[in-house]
Amino acid sequence: MSIPKETLLHAYRTMKTIREFEERVNAEIMNGQIPGFTHLYTGQEANAVGVCAHLDESDTIISTHRGHGHCIAKGADVSGMMKELFGSSEGLCKGKGGSMHVADIDKGILGANGIVAGGPPISVGSALAAKIRKNGKVAVSFSGDGSVNQGTCFEAMNMAVVLQVPAVFVIENNYYSEHTHIDYAVGCDDLKARTEAFGFPVFVADGADFFAVHEAAGKAIAHAREGNGPAGVFAEQGRYHGHFVGDPQAYRGEGELENLRENHDPLKVFREHMAASGDLTEAELDAIDAEVMAEIEQSVMDAKAAARPTPEQVTADVYIQYGATA
Amino acid sequence: MPEKTMRDAINEALHQAMEQDESVFVIGEDVAGCNGSAGDVGSVGGVFGVTTGIYNRWPDRCVDTPISESAIVGAAAGAALVGMRPVAEIMFADFIGVCMDQIVNQMAKFRYMFGGKSRCPAVIRFSAGGGFSAAGQHSQAMYQVMTSFPGIKVVVPSNAYDAKGLLLSAIQDDDPVLFFEPKVLYQETAEVPDEMYTIPFGQANFVREGDDVTVVAFGQMVPKAAAAIDALAAEGVSCDLIDPRTTSPLDENAILESVQATGRLVVVDEAPPRCGLTADIAGLAADRAFSSLKAPIKQVCAPHSPTPFSPELEAAYLPDADKITAAIKATLA
Ligand SMILES: Cc1ncc(C[n+]2csc(CCOP(=O)(O)OP(=O)(O)O)c2C)c(N)n1
Ligand SMILES: [Mg+2]
Repeated sequence: MSIPKETLLHAYRTMKTIREFEERVNAEIMNGQIPGFTHLYTGQEANAVGVCAHLDESDTIISTHRGHGHCIAKGADVSGMMKELFGSSEGLCKGKGGSMHVADIDKGILGANGIVAGGPPISVGSALAAKIRKNGKVAVSFSGDGSVNQGTCFEAMNMAVVLQVPAVFVIENNYYSEHTHIDYAVGCDDLKARTEAFGFPVFVADGADFFAVHEAAGKAIAHAREGNGPAGVFAEQGRYHGHFVGDPQAYRGEGELENLRENHDPLKVFREHMAASGDLTEAELDAIDAEVMAEIEQSVMDAKAAARPTPEQVTADVYIQYGATA
Repeated sequence: MPEKTMRDAINEALHQAMEQDESVFVIGEDVAGCNGSAGDVGSVGGVFGVTTGIYNRWPDRCVDTPISESAIVGAAAGAALVGMRPVAEIMFADFIGVCMDQIVNQMAKFRYMFGGKSRCPAVIRFSAGGGFSAAGQHSQAMYQVMTSFPGIKVVVPSNAYDAKGLLLSAIQDDDPVLFFEPKVLYQETAEVPDEMYTIPFGQANFVREGDDVTVVAFGQMVPKAAAAIDALAAEGVSCDLIDPRTTSPLDENAILESVQATGRLVVVDEAPPRCGLTADIAGLAADRAFSSLKAPIKQVCAPHSPTPFSPELEAAYLPDADKITAAIKATLA
């Protein structure tokens, strides 16, 4: 399958943006600039970008506690996100949600989510709306290897099949849920078979490889969009950081992180593909790197200068309208 | 007496209960940690470190689970029904949203619906409350909600000493107990005896004693109220500070007797106001001590809003010593 040059450029830029965003967020947390609980997506960039390459603005995604990558890939404003993480009232969610709740409904981003497997049922609702409206939209939920053991995930998968809605369940296996390995937490040997037993196809991809994820997600999303009911994508790829910033990572094996960064880096893998195919030159990719670095630097400067929220904003936006109606 | 953090005091209570009674076991997400991984199983001890070392001594009785809160609470309830004394950990009280049925419709109701013929001595521990910029899904108190359900007991310690004694009582209690640990207090220290001791449920603690105003506070609001009261002493104002320690059962007499003596009541909690503990205690006083009241009752609590992320917003959201001071002064005006 040949991918248009514009798509390739955009994919690389987006992966690089996620990478630099996350690495900078990590540094700013260490500096004490970003409060709260933050979970970094570094290493898993190809998953979000490979999936979202098949979506337009009116398709929806729902994300997780590790949501920055998904939101950036779906088109969230990077500067608005950075401001949100800094707790500014100019942030994408006015400083109300922070890292775990980045959302932009107009862009089809139904929110990062602090509840593991809180997203899949909501995504089924979005898919049901698409089915009723017959508008050809799909609803993608991202969730982790730890989410698949939650009742809400089982319920959502089964109901999506029963209702035959265009829901796509993207399961990102980064091997761990917090400090527990998937081999312990998932009781069966074959999670793909367990998931397919619900009654929909699952397409598996190497999450270090944008092209592999792009292909698998393409099949799943086409399946759903064409009215064949839900589909799944399994992407396997480790995260580079701890579960949260500051995690001592006692669960890692000898050399595991070095191996991940060295041999399973979506950005390097992408560049290798480009070197082999000649579709994009090193100069083109380097230019993107420089632009992205500047954009992230600017976003941090903007976030540091942005307005801080004031106490009267606490009770704004709890409701649209509250009290006696006219 | 040795100083210990609330985290260590709870951990010590767990160790001692495990040692004393083989029917006690710990269950939850990462309560051991590293299962299935290259790391050493048991090297985590819960995300807040409260179950540290339990797995290393009692590997069979320290059970890591998948992320499945309904099944964790249900398994604790079921094991308790057949005679075990599980202590389950739900990482954040907010995740009650996931396992509400197992708590409210199952374990809370067994004994009554079964005609008094069952026992369910399960303890469910939660980290609870705000103060970490953890936003809407990781900051809720939740104990005020759970207090409204008959059939479960609800504990909210405000210091390391109480936490140890209350947890040991909870584990020995034959009814289901929800144990809410204000997570901003985990690092706070108090003098905690090394030996086992229990603190009975339904017995309030008088943290301060005074004549002018009765202040009732819960969980992380207790030290804030104490700070406010101590500062007011310089202005010649003295207050009773009552920490009920258990919201169900509630030591109504301690509160009523104090209000009858002072004639003034301020109630402080970190949760939003509607159907909450401040309204509950205010209602109690209005109903049963009305003739003693010399001033309107004041409630200090969060507004009717989710917990915001931004530190400035959360600081404005949560009650603090200044707001408590203002409320105390208002009752004296
Ligand atoms: C209902 C619920 N239970 C527990 C948690 C705490 N928690 C946050 S992330 C996480 C691990 C999730 O693992 P996984 O789904 O694999 O996602 P990953 O962190 O690997 O991206 C846990 C247990 C939570 N946020 N929500
Ligand atoms: Mg995972």
